[in-house]
Amino acid sequence: MSDARLSVLKTYKLFVGGKFPRSESGRVYEVTDSQGKWLANAPLASRKDARDAVVAARKAFGGWSGATAYNRGQVLYRVAEMLEGRREQFVAEVADAEGRSGKKSDTAKAAAQVDAAIDRWVWYAGWSDKIAQIAGSANPVAGPYFNLSTPEPTGVVAVLAPQESSFLGLVSVLAPVIVTGNTAVVVASEKSPLPALSLAEVLATSDVPGGVVNVLSGRTGELVGPLAAHQDVNAIDLAGAYGELHGELAVAAEKAAADNLKRVLRPAEVDWAAAPGTDRMLSFLETKTVWHPIGI
Amino acid sequence: MNAFEYAPAPESRAVVDIAPSYGLFIDGEFVDAADGKAFKTLSPASEEVLSEVAQAGAEDVDRAVKAARRAFEKWSALPGAERAKYLFRIARIIQERSRELAVLESLDNGKPIRESRDFDLPTVAAHFFYYAGWADKLDHAGYGADPRPLGVAGQVIPWNFPLLMLAWKVAPALACGNTVVLKPAETTPLSALFFADVCRQAGLPQGVVNIVTGDGSTGAELVAHPGIDKVAFTGSTEVGKAIARTVAGTRKKLTLELGGKAANIVFEDAPIDQAVEGIVTGIFFNQGHVCCAGSRLLVQESIQDELLEALKRRMSTLRVGDPLDKNTDIGAINSAEQLARITALAEAGEAEGAERWAPSCELPDTGYWFAPTLFTGVTQAHRVAREEIFGPVLSVLTFRTPAEAVEKANNTPYGLSAGIWTEKGSRILWMADRLRAGVVWANTFNKFDPASPFGGYKESGFGREGGRHGLEAYLDV
Repeated sequence: MSDARLSVLKTYKLFVGGKFPRSESGRVYEVTDSQGKWLANAPLASRKDARDAVVAARKAFGGWSGATAYNRGQVLYRVAEMLEGRREQFVAEVADAEGRSGKKSDTAKAAAQVDAAIDRWVWYAGWSDKIAQIAGSANPVAGPYFNLSTPEPTGVVAVLAPQESSFLGLVSVLAPVIVTGNTAVVVASEKSPLPALSLAEVLATSDVPGGVVNVLSGRTGELVGPLAAHQDVNAIDLAGAYGELHGELAVAAEKAAADNLKRVLRPAEVDWAAAPGTDRMLSFLETKTVWHPIGI
Repeated sequence: MNAFEYAPAPESRAVVDIAPSYGLFIDGEFVDAADGKAFKTLSPASEEVLSEVAQAGAEDVDRAVKAARRAFEKWSALPGAERAKYLFRIARIIQERSRELAVLESLDNGKPIRESRDFDLPTVAAHFFYYAGWADKLDHAGYGADPRPLGVAGQVIPWNFPLLMLAWKVAPALACGNTVVLKPAETTPLSALFFADVCRQAGLPQGVVNIVTGDGSTGAELVAHPGIDKVAFTGSTEVGKAIARTVAGTRKKLTLELGGKAANIVFEDAPIDQAVEGIVTGIFFNQGHVCCAGSRLLVQESIQDELLEALKRRMSTLRVGDPLDKNTDIGAINSAEQLARITALAEAGEAEGAERWAPSCELPDTGYWFAPTLFTGVTQAHRVAREEIFGPVLSVLTFRTPAEAVEKANNTPYGLSAGIWTEKGSRILWMADRLRAGVVWANTFNKFDPASPFGGYKESGFGREGGRHGLEAYLDV
């Protein structure tokens, strides 16, 4: 076909500090669909990239955690708006990642996942100014004191995104971390990182401040070590270390995390399509209790 | 100026009857350790041997865990209202026996009777009362319609508030329907063993509470035992990290309440007299054996001289001595080992160039004592500013702006507590927002209540004890 236009391929890049760098290591790896067909080269992030991402996440923490809950809710809602506009792109990418390219039933499955993921951003956006009301408390202490407990974000959270659910799973672990004011370093699904890297492009145009979300692609086994042992990471979600393949990885990560007492969310079987509940938000919150005497 | 010297006012020891030896409390009975090992527990104020206590080994821990497992089925199936009544009974019996338990606590721990009598014991009883009331209301706690207990809880507690830390662990665990194996600290096992008798009087079913005494090796056996579902630990950050490694990859739920190096921040507009009282309470309460102690005083530069003068004057009135004397402010350091640690860190403070000051005070000849001590000219790099001393030693640093105060206060791997002294309300809230600590006391310090969640940020641990939040540690959520 002489009139067939040659498409423009995308160079997939990492997302660190609001910028799109290649891996400092200069490495990439081949990403294929489930049939082994080449889709793209993804950056093969290094330990140094992971450390850079943590620095970016730490830098962003003060501003993001200090933003009003209303503001964070608006930003998350904006992510949903931006995704809605790029729905077809994500349906195609998820279909490529998790099914057979071009197969109708796989496209329908991917569409359902993308729709659920967009709705999930909306759901979590609404939590921003409500979570403190269900997780906090006014405490009736036995004395003349004002006593109030409020939840606060834990800090920088490393997130191993689920391996199998490359987009709905990713959104399901990322949104609950950042809606409460944490900043995140996400390790995308190893074999299907493209939806995560594309999500970064959406985040970059959704008023999410640079550094609040940082996305790395590469070998989970290579990146989890430096993140789990990093002294400036406050918590780690091991969702992506679920399953027999990753069992030892999860144990090693939990042990390394003990060095600075990171909060650890252990891997578990999760139906990413099911209603999420508040657990993942609550896992990355600290309770602060403030006392003050009452008197005249 | 000795005209108004205090006369001795000792509390009577006759109210408590300590047996020459104690076994382990397993399945409702006192039994010897399988290998017959035992150790002595001393009064740190006199170094006299108070009693001999069984040293639990692996076999004993295993028996205790199995007893707790057997008891779990029935205990967790009891209606919450029935569990509540047991806990209310325990609270009441503790109130009835509070003088006996207070004297016992002061003997074994070395803390002043004024504190064990007026703080520890009332707070212990209050804690059981508080959680008793939760036992039949768990469906309203925000953890789902029918939150389930975890199973058997392995609990390891420290020596600074022996019975209070027991209450913080046992009360919520039982209220939620768990059974427990508790290991009290090596140097303060007695009040936990008396608590076993309180359980007997309350008619608590056998195996619901098991108490295994011993040293760190007993605790290590307990947290590593495959038969427990939950580990709760209060103690040093170092041991907390080791426990976190031990439970990695298991199903065990973990909560840790660890060390601290709290900043107590005094602004120039603070009410100085109240602030001085708060500083003294913050660091010298319980000989400074308090994880949330205000061990770093951050004082605004403009009032440094005035505040330090007032503080030194107040410190000079503190009475160090016999824990059973009702006029004693500072009792004995809990053990020779702890005294050595405090002494070494204080020496490091001097060696690193900080200026040491202590009021002249006569210390008893026998027992373990350390005078209330102040370090000025301390920098953030000094060990006395970075490491938890866990003794009556205060490090003084200065700041100029609120932002600098926040920066210095947060410059620590710990994050348990903090204090703010200022008359300006908006500044209190601004500071409280920025301090990375689980408890913030504004214009007060070292206040505790069963309804108030307590626990740390960062390396001070995770999970909360107290309040509705404290239930989560013992529910399968």
